[in-house]
Amino acid sequence: MYSNEWQPTASLTNLRQRAELLKSIRHFFDQRNVMEVDTQILSHCAVSDPFIDSLSVEYRPYPNAEGQFLHLQTSPEYAMKRLLASGIGDIYQLGKVFRNGEVGRRHNPEFTMLEWYRLGYSLDDLMDEVESLVKTQIADLQWRRVSYRELFLEVLGLDPFTASLKDLQYACRQQVEAAFDDEDRDTWLNLLMSHIIEPQLTGAVFVHSYPPSQAALACVNTDATGTQVSERFELYLDGLELANGYHELANPQEQSQRLTADQQQRALLGLPQRPLERRLVKALEHGLPECSGVALGVDRLLMRQLKVESIAEVIPFGFERA
Amino acid sequence: MANYSANQFKNGLKVMLDGDPCSMLDVEFVKPGKGQAFTRVKMRNLITGRVWERTFKSNESIESADVMDTDLEFLYSDGEMWHFMDTSTFEQVAADQNAIGDAAKWLKEQDKIMVTLWNGNPIAVTPPNFVELEVIETDPGVKGDTAQGGSKPATLSTGAIVRVPLFIEIGEKLRIDTRSGEYVSRA
Repeated sequence: MYSNEWQPTASLTNLRQRAELLKSIRHFFDQRNVMEVDTQILSHCAVSDPFIDSLSVEYRPYPNAEGQFLHLQTSPEYAMKRLLASGIGDIYQLGKVFRNGEVGRRHNPEFTMLEWYRLGYSLDDLMDEVESLVKTQIADLQWRRVSYRELFLEVLGLDPFTASLKDLQYACRQQVEAAFDDEDRDTWLNLLMSHIIEPQLTGAVFVHSYPPSQAALACVNTDATGTQVSERFELYLDGLELANGYHELANPQEQSQRLTADQQQRALLGLPQRPLERRLVKALEHGLPECSGVALGVDRLLMRQLKVESIAEVIPFGFERA
Repeated sequence: MANYSANQFKNGLKVMLDGDPCSMLDVEFVKPGKGQAFTRVKMRNLITGRVWERTFKSNESIESADVMDTDLEFLYSDGEMWHFMDTSTFEQVAADQNAIGDAAKWLKEQDKIMVTLWNGNPIAVTPPNFVELEVIETDPGVKGDTAQGGSKPATLSTGAIVRVPLFIEIGEKLRIDTRSGEYVSRA
């Protein structure tokens, strides 16, 4: 134990900037009549995404009783959608989320997420709003919108929708030493995106129209070329992944199938099986209003604003000192 | 030997890769929000010195390498091998030209030197950042020229040749930065 380990990992100047940022986010939504909600952090159900691992904590009715595992939210998405289905209207949430095992220069297992939902917004409308919000913090960015397919064609000369598994592996191994095998096309697409494309993204870039296999909770539609694309965007700031938005899936059958498919993929990969949020399906059956929603990493926004390389520099106590 | 999985990787970890011991110089956690996690590692092959990057999936694991940095006393060189001794156990090891590399020209007998051992055999030798060595040959000193920036070559007791200020004389002891190979000051 080093003697300075009691000290914060962020400078006091950065923490003051952080306070300003939180204040100005609340002001932004207040001005737009979007209501703040604070849903539960602890849930009986867990996120279904195979590659997001929940932290589980033991709940006991009394100290010596046998516990049951509850799960810390990895995003407030399920709870917020249950509120939307109950008719709450436009909402935002600013709070902590938890992701097991995610620690690095750009990752902290506990981080601050801003998530909001807008009724009647298209994905384009929501991109406009994200842009407005980011501009309140960082004025000097060049903005661009590009589809996932155009971006791959531009940087790699490869169509991510039609390239074979072999083509993707080959393209990857031309530039990245990756000795492992993987039959999942998305693994290679993600590797190409994170290792080759992201470092080349400058300014603020919205990447949209993802392959349906990466739809998560976004609607899938047919585009002008007859290709199935998901109505999802990611925003990158100088190659740093900042926000992830969807035109929200409202179809309960489709939602139910995706939850089941995620659980099956988890089983296949030997990943933990945790209770699925079936109450979300019920909420969608009741009726989710037409809406778009986005989650934005607040710590990362501050990293880019302050031009620092490590997430620990913008949170009071980074993981090692938490 | 122990195995390390990708999520245990950290800077300085020594592992076996393609039959050679390697040291991790920089470990980066890469994870797209919705995608699989990768660990991107910048590594140095401790035999060849090659530095490169490799990406692992979080469920990959690799074998650790029995690599140790030890401070040993330099005894002598017989021209082919450089001999070192652990002053607490009196055990001796000999390093060949490959392991010594550029360090040879900074090794002075009885100096403490960092020797990297793999399975007990020297694979790399790192001289101290600063060494003090005697000048055995150089042109005569120029008096009164201490302020001018001029320099001349000087041969040191280990055979190394460095640029030194004009006022330096044969027999003087100099402090040299081994990382840059530059003269620092009179010792």
